Amino acid sequence: MYETDVVVIGGGPAGLMASNAAAEAGASVLLIERFAHLGGQLIKQTHKFFGSEKQYASVRGIDIPSRIAEERALVEDRVTIWTRSTVLGLFEDGVITVDRDGKYCKIRPSRIIVATGASEKFLTFPNNDLPGIYGAGAVQTMMNVYGVCPGRRVLMVGAGNIGLIVSYQLLQAGVEVVAVVEGLPNIGGYAVHASKIRRAGVPILTSHTLLRADGVDGVESAVIAQIDNRWQPIPGSSKSVSCDVICISVGLSPLTELLWQAGCDMRYVPQLGGYVPLRNERLETTVPEIYIAGDVAGIEEASAAMVEGRLAGLEAAASLGLGFTTLDDERADLCQQLDELRAGPSGEKIRSGLVKAGIA
Amino acid sequence: MDDQRIESHPILQFEKSAVLSFTFDGQPMQGREGDTVASALFANGVQVFGRHFKTKRARGFYCAIGNCSSCLMVVNGKSNVRTCTTYLEEGMVVETQEDRGNLLRKRQVGQALDVSKGASDDV
Ligand SMILES: Cc1cc2nc3c(=O)[nH]c(=O)nc-3n(C[C@H](O)[C@H](O)[C@H](O)COP(=O)(O)OP(=O)(O)OC[C@H]3O[C@@H](n4cnc5c(N)ncnc54)[C@H](O)[C@@H]3O)c2cc1C
Ligand code: FES
Repeated sequence: MYETDVVVIGGGPAGLMASNAAAEAGASVLLIERFAHLGGQLIKQTHKFFGSEKQYASVRGIDIPSRIAEERALVEDRVTIWTRSTVLGLFEDGVITVDRDGKYCKIRPSRIIVATGASEKFLTFPNNDLPGIYGAGAVQTMMNVYGVCPGRRVLMVGAGNIGLIVSYQLLQAGVEVVAVVEGLPNIGGYAVHASKIRRAGVPILTSHTLLRADGVDGVESAVIAQIDNRWQPIPGSSKSVSCDVICISVGLSPLTELLWQAGCDMRYVPQLGGYVPLRNERLETTVPEIYIAGDVAGIEEASAAMVEGRLAGLEAAASLGLGFTTLDDERADLCQQLDELRAGPSGEKIRSGLVKAGIA
Repeated sequence: MDDQRIESHPILQFEKSAVLSFTFDGQPMQGREGDTVASALFANGVQVFGRHFKTKRARGFYCAIGNCSSCLMVVNGKSNVRTCTTYLEEGMVVETQEDRGNLLRKRQVGQALDVSKGASDDV
């Protein structure tokens, strides 16, 4: 049985920041990541980030993990990293089980920070099981991590930020994007991303939906149609488009299986992407000793995930009696950063969701 | 091998890493160091990874990051391997999975495994 002060599950932006923070506070940390590389979703993001400088704005997503690693160098002796390691179970007695590159191991930490991120939602339509229908994040992974082209002609479903960014990245990789279809009457993602792909000649069809996919053993075409405000196809508007890939980008939902298993109280909060763990302002769940950070706590952006990660790391260490004299100031600063990220009309959804997910 | 590989990219540089040989349903193929089984197959133009055990409809990957189990295949005789989180190794034997998986198959390739009950296709 491996023992450590803090285990961090997931090496995305939230988990990386949590590990650094807990180690800076003096805790021994074990960071566990399923893939061979750290960085989570960041390693696929070739675009420059929004946000403020504290969250690496205008740095490309792919370059952020190495920045965080430089900061980790200062506390390296306290951080152990297991890559190619998947956490299989989180048990009520506090034991974690891991498949570490094919070997089964058990760990008993004093505190656990769950930063497992999110998974892509799916859509229901006839023939949605055909190969060639992929999550937008999956296509991004194939292109930007493994350098493999997903196909020749892609139909993108969903005009949120991910749909728009992945469309642009497809064009960068030399793939044709036939259209972006979006059910809502307006584009959900940022206007800068929408204009970039429009300028490249890709039509963004709002108030449109995908009716079905067609093909034998793989996508050959898709049928799309215009819809009315009750989401009903307008007769006569449907048409078939030829494509070999349909990319689904209709949102993410928190990857919470481990938290369910550990017995955390969960609540369905659509504003945060689905079922999320209830948490207090220290990001501790209803199971004492289990903390959360990043998309698993509610779908936001990498910037918020990093700030939450740092907060969870400091809080987990503080609960073990570790930390700095300036903890209160830092805590206040992090909470202010989160408030700023969630301010204004665009943060309204998150703010209302967090009210439902909070506990005193 | 590099059918589907991206040749030039405005931001990313893909180093040509070491070549690894493997087989897919008996057919020799090549991938690259750092590939998952899924990305190596995909680079070779393979998109059907399995078939539904009853309807035999084709299955491919969906999420590519280990969250959906759409990419299960038989790898080195072991069924239900998530190929999007399994890194490619030299000499791997990769097969289309058309059933629910069979623990006994692993035994046939000589790796001892305690199969006490209910490990056939129709569990
Ligand atoms: C196309 C796209 C564009 C984006 N653009 C922006 C942007 O411009 N600005 C911005 O701020 N945000 C952006 N985001 C959002 C941002 O990437 C995510 O919000 C952020 O990555 C969430 O961080 P995380 O650490 O919570 O999760 P992730 O980055 O998803 O990391 C979770 C990690 O946990 C690992 N893991 C999961 N389960 C296990 C397990 N059981 N055992 C071990 N490891 C496990 C995963 O492999 C993964 O590495 C974008 C996202 C996408 C997809
Ligand atoms: S494609 Fe989703 S688990 Fe492999």
